[in-house]
Amino acid sequence: MSSPHALEVEGLRVELEGSRVEILDEVSFHVPAGHVLGLVGESGSGKTTAGLAVLGHTRRGARIAAGEVRIEGRNVLALSSLERQSLRGKLVSYVPQDPGSALNPALRIGKQLEETLSEHGFGRSAGERRARIAETLDEVLLPSDDTFLRRYPHQLSGGQQQRVALAMAFANRPRVIVLDEPTTGLDVTTQAHVLATVRDLCLAHGVAAVYVSHDLSVVATLATDVAVMYSGRLVEVGPTSALFRQAAHPYTRRLVQAIPELSGEHALIGIPGNAPRPGLRPPGCFFAPRCEYVRDVCHVAFPPVETVIEGHEVRCYRYEAVLRESLAARPAAPLRPELEAEDALVTIRGVQASHGSRQVLFDVELVVRPRECVALVGESGSGKTTLARCIAGLHKNYQGEISFRGDVLPRSCRARDRETRRDIQYVFQSPYSSLNPRKTIGQIIGQPLRLFFDVGGEEARRRVVVALERVELSPSVLDRYPHQLSGGERQRAAIARALIAEPRLLVCDEVTSALDVSVQAAIIDVLAELQRDLDIGLLFVTHNLALIRTLSQEVAVMSEGRIVERGLVDTVLDHPEAEYTKKLLSDTPSLEAAMAASG
Amino acid sequence: MSEGGAAATVVEIPAPARRRRPWFALLAGAWHQGRTKVGLLLLLLLGGSALLGPYFAPYSPTEFVAPPYSTPSDFGWFGADLLGRDVLSRFLWGGRSVLTLSVLATLMGMILGTAIGLVAAYSGGLLDDALMRTMDVLLSFPQLVFALVLAATVGPQLWLLVLAVGITTMPRVARIARGAAVEVVERDFIRAAEAIGEPRRRILLGDVLPNVTGPLVVEASLRLSFNIAVVAGLSFLGFGIQPPDADWGLMINENRNGLTIQPWPVVLPVAAIGLLTIATSLVGDGLSRSVAGIEGGGRAKQ
Repeated sequence: MSSPHALEVEGLRVELEGSRVEILDEVSFHVPAGHVLGLVGESGSGKTTAGLAVLGHTRRGARIAAGEVRIEGRNVLALSSLERQSLRGKLVSYVPQDPGSALNPALRIGKQLEETLSEHGFGRSAGERRARIAETLDEVLLPSDDTFLRRYPHQLSGGQQQRVALAMAFANRPRVIVLDEPTTGLDVTTQAHVLATVRDLCLAHGVAAVYVSHDLSVVATLATDVAVMYSGRLVEVGPTSALFRQAAHPYTRRLVQAIPELSGEHALIGIPGNAPRPGLRPPGCFFAPRCEYVRDVCHVAFPPVETVIEGHEVRCYRYEAVLRESLAARPAAPLRPELEAEDALVTIRGVQASHGSRQVLFDVELVVRPRECVALVGESGSGKTTLARCIAGLHKNYQGEISFRGDVLPRSCRARDRETRRDIQYVFQSPYSSLNPRKTIGQIIGQPLRLFFDVGGEEARRRVVVALERVELSPSVLDRYPHQLSGGERQRAAIARALIAEPRLLVCDEVTSALDVSVQAAIIDVLAELQRDLDIGLLFVTHNLALIRTLSQEVAVMSEGRIVERGLVDTVLDHPEAEYTKKLLSDTPSLEAAMAASG
Repeated sequence: MSEGGAAATVVEIPAPARRRRPWFALLAGAWHQGRTKVGLLLLLLLGGSALLGPYFAPYSPTEFVAPPYSTPSDFGWFGADLLGRDVLSRFLWGGRSVLTLSVLATLMGMILGTAIGLVAAYSGGLLDDALMRTMDVLLSFPQLVFALVLAATVGPQLWLLVLAVGITTMPRVARIARGAAVEVVERDFIRAAEAIGEPRRRILLGDVLPNVTGPLVVEASLRLSFNIAVVAGLSFLGFGIQPPDADWGLMINENRNGLTIQPWPVVLPVAAIGLLTIATSLVGDGLSRSVAGIEGGGRAKQ
């Protein structure tokens, strides 16, 4: 059987062993040689499960119950596990999310690459294998000399490790390659390089790639086709440009509206509600409970596959209505409050901070005024979190001074008075670690009340409910534990805990980076509204340049512990002066740029 | 989230599948293990007979009721001991001391050890080193030898026995508590509590302690089963309850010479101590499996 597609997946179903609860079902897609299919979806949508199933693999406790995965016409799932094992790495290979844990820390790079080849019987001699190693390393833009090959994984940077993982995946010239969010942990600059490498290699060797990702901007830059997953089903499949310009499924449409843009001209809109978890999926369309186009028919049966145009398929009863309202109708961004010339809330002068003996901040100067949002942008390791923690009194080891409303702040939060601690509130990056798992949401949010206002009982409960409503959480969460909430709900609770103290300055440290895009948009929306209504100053720390235009008036760009550029957001983003800012801007993947490039 | 009218769009939270308190989940998880049920049954039986036994004893434990070493065929259910006292009555009276002393000692060791472990983990640095190295020094004494040295210098006193066993329990508990807490104190919710100026004591008791209860509960049951044996051993050696009062350890010592003619006064307390140790470790095992997320039947939770 010959077919034009290098990879064909037909009617794939994966379920939990024992309970037979479906994780994903009715997943079908195909990828021609040389093409990249972007498999996008939010956390829990089953995209990684689908990616692994292409290799005939499932996580423990799950099993592939039905369907076919054909690689060049051969059904991988019909093979014995031993045969399948010999295919992996040769015919189909996998690049994991975290290269740091994928490479064996005890083996030298050269040895690991060599193993990949000899395992599949490549080459008649060591010389032949060495030539192939040099060739693949060259393709991923790494040196192939002996000193490099003799290194251990920990001696490489994250980007280099990911390149080695790519080289290993491409070494045997596979027909199909599955990439599972390979750039998640990388900086934008490194990410841009890795993406370009993936695209070139797939084209050059005619490899069909499945790129699993939650980041639509990345997928838009890289993929030829996109498949959107929601709650274990593919809801829309189509060519990248068609899909993002004229989304036919309401979910895709909402997802696109939730992507932050560099231009910031459109409002960021989140998707209310949560995706149903396996075992709790409703009859009918899984998206129906959150859908604005919903009709009675949607609750009866899951919609069949409809063809919009050749190659663009959607599973929605009402796709024609969705198509009519084109994406151009996207609402414009609300106006940011004007900057007022006011006395500074926080002034940072000549701050030099160190972690142990390593200096991470060099001579940092920054001002945050009341009612103003300052974005602090930088890549990981640029020192932005350290600066935020210095302000909050959580990082004591610094020289220079930070003054708050004219008074120099003591370095440690313990040395500060109650008033100052109340005025400066900090929201942490990960809501999974910032809420005590053994306390209820009510207890967690009530904690600052007890310390700052000496209120308890009914009054405290009332104030907690008000704070919850501010962040758009229902009072029913009061007696829940953090693990019973989704990531977005937890982050809202964390913001409520900060707000209940009635702060003058809110320091937000990467508050959306652990969240899905649709949730991120909603959180940004909450923050923007708080800032408009509550007159608080906001220091918004982020690595995502596309987020800041929606929220901030001013921006400070950090690199290697120094602020390289500071100014009004519009000025800096439209006419960047520092080399670093220019590079950051051009490397940030964006939907608009990708769409513009595709014509 | 519709832009603008945000107050109206409160996010609805679907009811969670399970609304269990973490504590309850731990105990329920343990209960589902067969071994926990067996352990609890044994504990109930032996603990019940030790605590309530005196009310059912047919004679006083110090009363001479039969010729020495009478066998069950001659007298009562289990015969008489070396001085002619009823074995069953002495057995029923003698469990109280072993049980209360070992529970008290374990409690003391748990409280001291947990406090030291948490403070060490939270403060870190020099204090951490100083506390934990002291614990290591204590740990290097064999438990029994330490108790013997203390008892030998002060003389056989019940409070001393509790103190000795408690102190030797402490370093083991401290290590477990510190190990579990070190991870917890690095989490952001501890930073969050510090940033709003929560006092150290409240952070330790309210934020750190509830997150390390799992391993501590397991450790407590392990220590208890170990301490039962140690306390029984010490009273066998004569450092616990003094004659003529009844005590399981003491009974074994008193009657070991007559083992061949009348085994019951030795066999009965030995079996009781053995089963008590097994029962507490079964419960401990069930708890630790529940903490590790293993369900009954040995399968890992999905």
